[in-house]
Amino acid sequence: MPRVLVLVEHEEGAAKKVTYEMLTKARDLGEPVAVFVGEGLETAREGLARHGATAVYAAGGDNRLSGPLTGALAAAADRAEPAAVLVAATPLGKDAGARLAARRGWGMLADIVDLDGDLVATQNVFGGATTVRARVRTGTPVLAVKPNSFPVQEAPAEPEVVDLDLAEGQDATRVTDHVVQEQGGRPDVAEAEIVVSGGRGLQDPSNFALVEALADTLGAAVGASRAAVDAGWYPHQHQVGQTGKTVSPQLYVAVGISGAIQHRAGMQTSKTIVAVNKDADAPIFAISDFGVVGDLFKVVPRLTDEVAKRKA
Amino acid sequence: MKILVTVKRVPDTAAEKRLDPADKTLDRESVETILNPVDEYAVEEALRLKEQHGGEVVVLCMGPSSALATVRKALSMGPDAAVHVHDDALHGSCAFNTAKVLQAAIRQVEPDIVLCGSESTDARTSLVPSALAEYLGWPGLTGAKQLEVDGATVRVHRETENGYDVVEADGPAVVSVVKGINEPRYPSFKGIMAAKSKPVTDYTLADLGVDPGEVGTAGATTEVVDFAPRPPRQAGQQVKDPGDGSAAVELAEFLAGHKFI
Ligand SMILES: Cc1cc2nc3c(=O)[nH]c(=O)nc-3n(C[C@H](O)[C@H](O)[C@H](O)COP(=O)(O)OP(=O)(O)OC[C@H]3O[C@@H](n4cnc5c(N)ncnc54)[C@H](O)[C@@H]3O)c2cc1C
Ligand SMILES: Nc1ncnc2c1ncn2[C@@H]1O[C@H](COP(=O)(O)O)[C@@H](O)[C@H]1O
Repeated sequence: MPRVLVLVEHEEGAAKKVTYEMLTKARDLGEPVAVFVGEGLETAREGLARHGATAVYAAGGDNRLSGPLTGALAAAADRAEPAAVLVAATPLGKDAGARLAARRGWGMLADIVDLDGDLVATQNVFGGATTVRARVRTGTPVLAVKPNSFPVQEAPAEPEVVDLDLAEGQDATRVTDHVVQEQGGRPDVAEAEIVVSGGRGLQDPSNFALVEALADTLGAAVGASRAAVDAGWYPHQHQVGQTGKTVSPQLYVAVGISGAIQHRAGMQTSKTIVAVNKDADAPIFAISDFGVVGDLFKVVPRLTDEVAKRKA
Repeated sequence: MKILVTVKRVPDTAAEKRLDPADKTLDRESVETILNPVDEYAVEEALRLKEQHGGEVVVLCMGPSSALATVRKALSMGPDAAVHVHDDALHGSCAFNTAKVLQAAIRQVEPDIVLCGSESTDARTSLVPSALAEYLGWPGLTGAKQLEVDGATVRVHRETENGYDVVEADGPAVVSVVKGINEPRYPSFKGIMAAKSKPVTDYTLADLGVDPGEVGTAGATTEVVDFAPRPPRQAGQQVKDPGDGSAAVELAEFLAGHKFI
């Protein structure tokens, strides 16, 4: 069986869901080998084993830097001679993948949402308006997998842990401070299974509390339209759309968002879309599976209550 | 300090983009084109570095002859000079080919720092800055929402999901900046006029010593197998709230029916 490398995305050993999505997909292609960089291997190991990693290649170094990630992937690839390398389509995953492909003269496809047995990958391009199937022609394919593209299935394995024994700090890049501005707890908008986004219809930054309350009862991430971000109502990291993040969650809830083409470009591949807007002609309704025409200040708090009630 | 900024010509954000059925590359001729929006932030950041540290700002663009308009647009914001790489053999280049060519041009200019946008609105791959750093053998600091050059040290605030990391390296380095790092200036009338006479150096692949077989459609590391328009989404159910928010109950019903609750 060919081996498939999977770069583990984690924070101090807590693996992100996309890692398990990649391990699950990798099993269709061969034997998944997890590549782990940084602290927390003991914590991560159990989850990697449960999702079918047949080996874990580990290296020291800072997993918030693409240098050590690239070094580990290159060393792991030399050992495993994989059929493909999977990284998450996150900024760091793409950086590491791009540097690996450049270093080895391989090809890379970014933001893939599907992959067949012949390593032909599917990508949504032009804001989700076109579906492309593409493949790597040169060397070992490096594939950046969009979160939420593959289901997670467990398949317990007993991985051997192999120390890659790399010199740390591949280049002199260093992280000198890690600043947390928002209290965590909510998932990242680019990776969440459910995203609740607010727009100019909220009228005032303090009303984002309505969106946050709904997001929290659903276990969702919070997104925002550019109008809301540009007005300074919500931080830029949360912007969804052509000049923000492209998200493809299971459920996207648009609150007080008109659905301009540039906003749709960032969310129209979501599996299910619902919208609350007082304008029955708002373009967002044309792509919504369920639309409520109404005042968000009435509908959203009631929805939050209703969801909480049903969850209780 | 010599500061180089990479700028890309992309289809207008509102334009309908399509792939050319003949060679499966983006049909860039049939649509209006603009300077990649994020690259305006990179140009602005370069101008600010020059204001602080002195030196010059050079713009670098790889794209067909018609991309000269994009180069002039960038110059109208204030950079001193530009380098435009164009060669018929470049058509269909992948991100890695692009980075290879940009690298060869950067070696001619010998800047102290390279600034890129974080992603282009057409390809949206964000692969070029990291590939470029790798080819140059320089540190790559991507996703900067703040940038500071302090002697030999290049320091950025790199956006994370709940804040930022302060990341630093010794220059020369490649930095990619995100939208919002600054407020790009509008070109003044004087700037637009001045841009017309600023020096633009043209390079072909031969000038840069790049083998045409390594780039373009021939040398692309990836290929499109096929493509299709995504079927348009259908509007689903719509309910009108009577005014008391009770439509929320129906919405909750829908969400429960789809197992979201
Ligand atoms: C180059 C470029 C890039 C862009 N990139 C992006 C991007 O990445 N992301 C993005 O989102 N936009 C982007 N835009 C902007 C985009 O064109 C729209 O301007 C923006 O999405 C509008 O945001 P909005 O829907 O919040 O605001 P609006 O369009 O003002 O819509 C507000 C909506 O709220 C509704 N509303 C108001 N009050 C209530 C109420 N009480 N109850 C219910 N509904 C109410 C209104 O009916 C309206 O539909 C970009 C534009 C350009 C030119
Ligand atoms: N053809 C090009 N010419 C100049 N710069 C480019 C080119 N392609 C990409 N870039 C730079 O790389 C950044 C990221 O683009 P991309 O990797 O295509 O998403 C852009 O914002 C530009 O700064």
